[in-house]
Amino acid sequence: MENKNNLLVKMENAGVYLNNKWLVKDVTLNIEKGKIITLIGPNGSGKTTTAKIALGLYKNISGKVEKYTKKIAYVPQKISIDWTLPIRVFDFMNLTSDLQNNETNEALEITGAKHLINNDLKSLSGGEFQRVLMARAIAKKPDLLVLDEPVQGVDFTGEIELYELIKKISETLKCGILLISHNLHVVMSKTDHVVCLNGHVCCSGTPISVANNKKYQELFGEDVSKILSIYEHKHDHKHGVDGSVEEN
Amino acid sequence: MFDDFFIRALFVGIGMALVTGPLGCFVVWRRLSFFGDTLAHSALLGVTIAYTMEINIALSVFIISSVVALILLKLEKTTNLPTDALLGLLAHSSLAVGLVVIGLIATIRFDLMGLLFGDILAVNVNDIIIVWFGGALILLVLKLIYKPLFASTVNYELAEAEGMKPEKVKAIFTLLLAAIIAISIKMVGLLLITGMLILPAAIARNISSNPKSMVIFSVIAGLMSVLIGLFSSLEINTPSGPSIITAGLILFVLSLIKIKRSSQLKS
Repeated sequence: MENKNNLLVKMENAGVYLNNKWLVKDVTLNIEKGKIITLIGPNGSGKTTTAKIALGLYKNISGKVEKYTKKIAYVPQKISIDWTLPIRVFDFMNLTSDLQNNETNEALEITGAKHLINNDLKSLSGGEFQRVLMARAIAKKPDLLVLDEPVQGVDFTGEIELYELIKKISETLKCGILLISHNLHVVMSKTDHVVCLNGHVCCSGTPISVANNKKYQELFGEDVSKILSIYEHKHDHKHGVDGSVEEN
Repeated sequence: MFDDFFIRALFVGIGMALVTGPLGCFVVWRRLSFFGDTLAHSALLGVTIAYTMEINIALSVFIISSVVALILLKLEKTTNLPTDALLGLLAHSSLAVGLVVIGLIATIRFDLMGLLFGDILAVNVNDIIIVWFGGALILLVLKLIYKPLFASTVNYELAEAEGMKPEKVKAIFTLLLAAIIAISIKMVGLLLITGMLILPAAIARNISSNPKSMVIFSVIAGLMSVLIGLFSSLEINTPSGPSIITAGLILFVLSLIKIKRSSQLKS
């Protein structure tokens, strides 16, 4: 039962019906250790809702959700800090856990936000705050990491770095990652499994199979070509038996 | 030692400040100032019931405040009215019901002014024991739920996603508020209890840069308000409860100077 041990969240036909409409329905997916699952889909397609179902934030859901871990870290899509709260980055890092100082420093260093440690949370820019949110999640060393649009507000080079970082986190921490993103062409190449949502699961599978899927192409149109071009680029050479690259 | 009425008042005041300081920070952070007010209003009903049924005032107030708080939590979920409207509804209607009940029970005549403004100089040794033991219990529970309560104050969903049970700690915190109002109603009265909850925390907010220091400054500000208020009420013969709050107001104005300075430094 190795598969069972690696399983973190099992969702079967899960959905949320709220205020006389389905936010999302019939979502079936598994989150496993060491794997990155990406949710894509247009605005209002139920990506965040699906993530919240996985986190157990809805009281009444249809279908079945089983969670096999309690070590969870969450990077929400947006978070607003009330101005009545005096809170520094340092305090925020320790919000739901008690970290050693070196753990705090290390995590902030990884996301490039170490210099902000004594800054007031309200004084941070959008991109800086996003890095702090990521650092806080990493420092918790979770089994399950849920990232809802983790790079919004981050400049382009920072964005690529952060995606590289997400890949690295899944490798070093061996945690399962549920990632929500708009930037399909960057995300797709780093992910193990893609679920394309549009109120329900429109299609899912490996990035390349989703990119080739008709339903997906109908949904995203021009973005598809960008993704396919990444994959086509990868396939313009052959591998030798030992794995070395042979020129055509 | 407790023979002198002024010493007794000091002990009760200090005990209260030690509890309202940390609790008040959460009241301010969670924007519950008006909620404290509502509980304080409903306390009048509790006092009336205590008089008619001849039970302990603190106990009766605690029960009524808790019931009102639970009704609020229930109404928040089942109606479409915003929380401030519900709070106003509960505050005024429970105050009115309290007054109606007083009118009905013609045999009971108690000092309404005393209830509204309290009389810290009239406390007895029993009150000291209630405030210190009750206060210690409140602080202990608050310490136990501090982490999840703070986390859910910063961000509810984040705290819940990471297993901090925000709904549970919210309910416990509500009971703690009901408890502090119950034990302090006799001392500072209905109208001033929210002042003791909010003023020290507001003063502390002006001079602190992180949550822990705000809690500490809030306790210090509460203690200073009590000491300055009580000693000046003795000197210039003013009502003690309102003097404590006025002392807090003066400290608040002084704390604004610090804000002005630090914002000048930034620019």
